[in-house]
Amino acid sequence: MTVLKPPVSSDDHRAGPDGAPVTLTEYGDYECPYCGAAYPIVQEVRRALGPNLRFVFRHFPLSQAHPHAQRAAEAAEAAGAQGEFWKMHDLLFQNQDALEDADLLRYAVSLKLDGERFTRELSSGLHADRVRRDFRSGVRSGVNGTPTFFINGVRHDAPWDLPTLTAALEAAAAVPGVR
Amino acid sequence: MSTATLPQATTGALPAGTKLPDFHLPVAPGRKASLSDYRGQTVILAFYPADWSPVCGDQMALYNEVLPDFQEHRAQVLGVSVDGPWCHRAFAEARKLRFPLLSDFEPKGAFARACGVYREGDGTSERALFVVDGEGTIRWSYVSPIDVNPGADGILEALEELESNRPTPKGETP
Repeated sequence: MTVLKPPVSSDDHRAGPDGAPVTLTEYGDYECPYCGAAYPIVQEVRRALGPNLRFVFRHFPLSQAHPHAQRAAEAAEAAGAQGEFWKMHDLLFQNQDALEDADLLRYAVSLKLDGERFTRELSSGLHADRVRRDFRSGVRSGVNGTPTFFINGVRHDAPWDLPTLTAALEAAAAVPGVR
Repeated sequence: MSTATLPQATTGALPAGTKLPDFHLPVAPGRKASLSDYRGQTVILAFYPADWSPVCGDQMALYNEVLPDFQEHRAQVLGVSVDGPWCHRAFAEARKLRFPLLSDFEPKGAFARACGVYREGDGTSERALFVVDGEGTIRWSYVSPIDVNPGADGILEALEELESNRPTPKGETP
């Protein structure tokens, strides 16, 4: 059984209640087409499970295959530093084919972020270590491609189409006391 | 972490403690590499069935990303498949791979056979991993189900295990 190392903590980007019976963790890459395909599915399961689901996103940029992935992940972190991680996360997945620096800044401005600070943090690579830390935790947790999902800390090896993922999450929700 | 907790080889793969058979295989068109070229270095041998599997879940693409972590352990990763050197070159260029790929091409799969990881019916190797120390002794081996990318966690644990068992050089405190 391949488990999440380290477990979800307050260092993670979390959406939904910390007390939710199910935590879905995704290791993803903003330029990966499979992650792009998974994005609306994740949005749908979040809607369907509502307060029963906590969603966690960790970065796993395959930068050799996807030249914009590392920078996009750092942009999400830079937005997060200004309190808007999830809105940037959404914009990146909705615009996977426009991830140049100018695009990233445009998204930051559309979120009414401090553009100067955003650009400064991106060019200095302030958030590179955080992204690398996520990546390394993924390697340790047995992530072998993107996206890789964990349900309550256990790697979900089955497909992630909407019915399969929903059924797996509902099954996890039905097990009492585990999170 | 002790080796007992690492996943162990379940098929005929040569086990930890045995010598890796020497190889003399093309590493590029017109150029060959041998195990002795890497003497004194830890070597990670990653057998995979074929070049050109889908990108995002590709084993070689993952190792390409984890390369800095392998290098921290002063370990050299070598991919091995039955594909020929020209195929490897095109694959490595397309995926921007930054480590060598060996061609176990002629006689086909001979090295995989010697390591106990050839799939007769398929004509390819298993998806098998070997971590080999600087003296050529296998320290960890693992065969993954053929359709499952084994990831890099097992390799990193084996490298750490290898490092913790290495005798401390004279004059250094542990």
